[in-house]
Amino acid sequence: MRNKYLNPYIGGVLLGLVLLAANFVSGRGLGATGALRDTIATGVKAVAPSHYHNAAYYSDNYAMRTERPMNSWLVYQMLGLITGGFLSGIIAGRTKLTTERPSWVSSRRRLFFALAGGILFGYGSQIGRGCTSGSALSGMAVLSFGGFITMMAIFGTAFALAWFFRKNWI
Amino acid sequence: MGPLIVYDAISSNTNLLLAFFIGIGFGFVLEQSGFSSSRKLAGMFYGYDTTVLKVFFTAAIVAMTGLLFFSLFGWMNLDVVYVNPTYLTSAIAGGVIMGAGFILGGFCPGTSFCAAAIGKIDAFVFIGGLFIGIFIFTEGYPLWEGFHNAGFMGSPRVNEMIGLSQGVFAFLLILAAFGMFWAGEWAERKFAGNYR
Repeated sequence: MRNKYLNPYIGGVLLGLVLLAANFVSGRGLGATGALRDTIATGVKAVAPSHYHNAAYYSDNYAMRTERPMNSWLVYQMLGLITGGFLSGIIAGRTKLTTERPSWVSSRRRLFFALAGGILFGYGSQIGRGCTSGSALSGMAVLSFGGFITMMAIFGTAFALAWFFRKNWI
Repeated sequence: MGPLIVYDAISSNTNLLLAFFIGIGFGFVLEQSGFSSSRKLAGMFYGYDTTVLKVFFTAAIVAMTGLLFFSLFGWMNLDVVYVNPTYLTSAIAGGVIMGAGFILGGFCPGTSFCAAAIGKIDAFVFIGGLFIGIFIFTEGYPLWEGFHNAGFMGSPRVNEMIGLSQGVFAFLLILAAFGMFWAGEWAERKFAGNYR
């Protein structure tokens, strides 16, 4: 089974059970970007403490609520995600330092678009209160109206823009 | 009775420990399903690989159905489970920005960490971008605070919006998912040539 991916429907059932477990244990779903925001808050607190206590965002969401922004459910879950991804990669023989790209796309071009995409996704996830995991997937499982809207907006936009960026992929 | 943390069945430290193990399951399944590959993820939008659709919707309907049955069996009180609040303006705008990020970057945040964990350099760069994007949001917060909080509707469930019970809506969503799986299988055959 080395290098071979899991059947997507089996993968989906397993992911659904993980999401169900998250809800059963902690009454909440999965997430990714929340942990990054906690990490940024911790960084700002260390580097610029007065800014941390004065700027509205950090003050309202962190300084007045918790001593340790990174002691959060999502941070531990993300550490697990990295561990689990790495374990899976080891078992499947897929760990390799590489820039994945089609043969006609240069590394530089691929990395430029990865950076631009990351910036947009990071910013959008905060505007939209969660990313594909936290808002779309976890939201859909609890039938959140906003979760469905965000899911349709993410996939609808990606489909709508696919033609313009096709040379990066096909 | 669940959720365990709400009913004090576990301590908050145990909750964090379980978060780590749940995360391992999350990351393991994502990587096993091929979500550590941007070309596989992007295949969704060019039809040659619809794994994203299959995994995503299977997971959503399994978790949704599981929650409804847990509630039916009296194992879980769904009234205290977190339902993402709806801010209509930012739900749409955020989703549109994220969709653009998806087609440019080839990852979403969770999958990028999974890919970085097995050594994908493009994923490390994408994660760098995520930090920049979130930092722009938190630092510039006063600029878009009003926009971010516009269109607040509470935490409605989608079935309530269209006047169906949760069970009926769930059943219809499962049927819709099967329809999409069929379309996905069809697309993979039709657009197989897009992957070179």
